[in-house]
Amino acid sequence: MPKVIPVPDELSQPFWDAVNQRRLMIQYCTVCGKLQYPPQATCQVCGSAHNLEWKEVEGKGHIGAYITIEDGRLNRRMPDQPYNLAMVTLDADPTVNFYSNLPGTPAYEVPVGAAVELTFEEVAPGQLIHEWRVLE
Amino acid sequence: MTNSNDFQWRRDRDGLGVWEHRGKVAIAGYGHSPVDRRWDGENLDTSLGAYTILACQKAMEQAGVTIDQVDGIVCCDSHIAGGSGGSASNWAPRPYFAPPYDSEYGITLINAQWLIGAMGFKNVKFAPTGVPTIGEMVGMASQAVGDGVCNTCLVIYPTGNLEGRYRRGGENADDYARGARQWTVPWGNHGGNDFINIFPHNQYCLKYGGEHDDLAPFVINQHKNGMLTPWGFNVNHGVEPITVEDYKTSRYILNPLRIWDCDRPVNASVAYLFTTAERARDMKSQPVYVLNHSQHNFRFRTTQPDLDEVEMWTDRQAARMYEGAGMGPADVDIFNPYDGYAIMTQFFLEGFQWHGVKRGDAFAFYAGDISVKGPHPFFSSGGNLGNGRTRSAMYTDSIEQLRGTAGDRQVTVRAETALCAFTTPSSGGWLMLGKYPS
Ligand SMILES: [Zn+2]
Repeated sequence: MPKVIPVPDELSQPFWDAVNQRRLMIQYCTVCGKLQYPPQATCQVCGSAHNLEWKEVEGKGHIGAYITIEDGRLNRRMPDQPYNLAMVTLDADPTVNFYSNLPGTPAYEVPVGAAVELTFEEVAPGQLIHEWRVLE
Repeated sequence: MTNSNDFQWRRDRDGLGVWEHRGKVAIAGYGHSPVDRRWDGENLDTSLGAYTILACQKAMEQAGVTIDQVDGIVCCDSHIAGGSGGSASNWAPRPYFAPPYDSEYGITLINAQWLIGAMGFKNVKFAPTGVPTIGEMVGMASQAVGDGVCNTCLVIYPTGNLEGRYRRGGENADDYARGARQWTVPWGNHGGNDFINIFPHNQYCLKYGGEHDDLAPFVINQHKNGMLTPWGFNVNHGVEPITVEDYKTSRYILNPLRIWDCDRPVNASVAYLFTTAERARDMKSQPVYVLNHSQHNFRFRTTQPDLDEVEMWTDRQAARMYEGAGMGPADVDIFNPYDGYAIMTQFFLEGFQWHGVKRGDAFAFYAGDISVKGPHPFFSSGGNLGNGRTRSAMYTDSIEQLRGTAGDRQVTVRAETALCAFTTPSSGGWLMLGKYPS
């Protein structure tokens, strides 16, 4: 069923452009070496806006925790219920995490701690979102 | 009118030392409106405006203060359901009524300007706009009175709810996710504190051992305390006490979050009267002194806060609050943190180490005697779970416990200090109250 469609803004446009090319580009402070996601106007460590660049990261992560949405509030996702929502930590920096519905994993059957890999899903013509799939 | 941010009132940093106005500000009265599930859209005697006027009148009457003595109004003007509203068609636009109900203000929104006109306040010199929620408002009023910005200040927190399922309309009915929602909503997180806290809660259960339903005795105790709160929603609307069996068989919202872990949205208003300790001593009811206030608004480091982050945030909240009050965990008699989702309360209990509860100990503590008549009368107000989502039970119960007027909820242990809040692990504020100014 259809997911809600993200609307890029000035700050997030490079991120979504990369996703639409099936790449995961994360903000990176060249001074602190810190990756940050979602993108922010300034580095969360040094507070500077001047040293933030985009860096492609490897799409490998692990499932830190999950829930199963049974009675959510989003109209567009009602037909999907129940569905999983996992918190996926990025292997390159586990303090960075992402949400995932874990396509291919049945509701309630989420292997917490398992390795996942990046995948993409089209939510509107030409608009992809980043998703994660459990590695067999 | 000044914006709330024009006045430096927040105590939202680490290491600020003892609050300079400790014991010099007091709460002299409070007033609750009836607490309804929803406003019917027609009866002007039960609108949020009418209920707010009533709450203010009660607070002033309890303190023995007249309209002309009030010189400060701190009123939250945000719609509690926010941009997502309820069932979109029922919230607005709508037909309006004769003044003072001829706009959204007075019906689903209240602000200081509307209230000043509707009630005829003449001497208000401090009525900021852009006022945050009650968790911070009580701190703003405390600082304003302490600094002499005003002397006698009403703090008003209206909580509105209309027909339709709560927060099912507006942006939650949209096909698109804009702004911060682009990072959460495409995967199903509509952005509430249920989502924010359920992941750390699940990590908590894994790390310390225990399962979600270990919350049952806590939630049941909140309901018990609510049934002892005469103004609350539950006691006035035939909400039956729940059993462990009821809890464990209740339906899931965000599995493992259950319906009974969620507070019930209501239509109600509350007012508190803050004044100087000196003035309060001559007022009609026993004053309760403010010993510290603090706020926090921690920045998420990534999409979803995890257990480490939540524990660090609540540790810092506790350190700020204890430092500013010049107190430690053993000095706190009454502890009313926040339960607007039962899954976040253990983080506060352990962060503040009330009754010696350390990280990972909350579920064992919940399983013991936490009744109001026992040795560990945890959350004696019953909070939102026991009274509805007024976000005010924590404050009112704390005042009543210190005054010795909590009735059937009166604790049997010492009740000379009380710590209360409307807060989440990431944002909100705390208030320390004392029976005595020092
Ligand atoms: Zn940096």
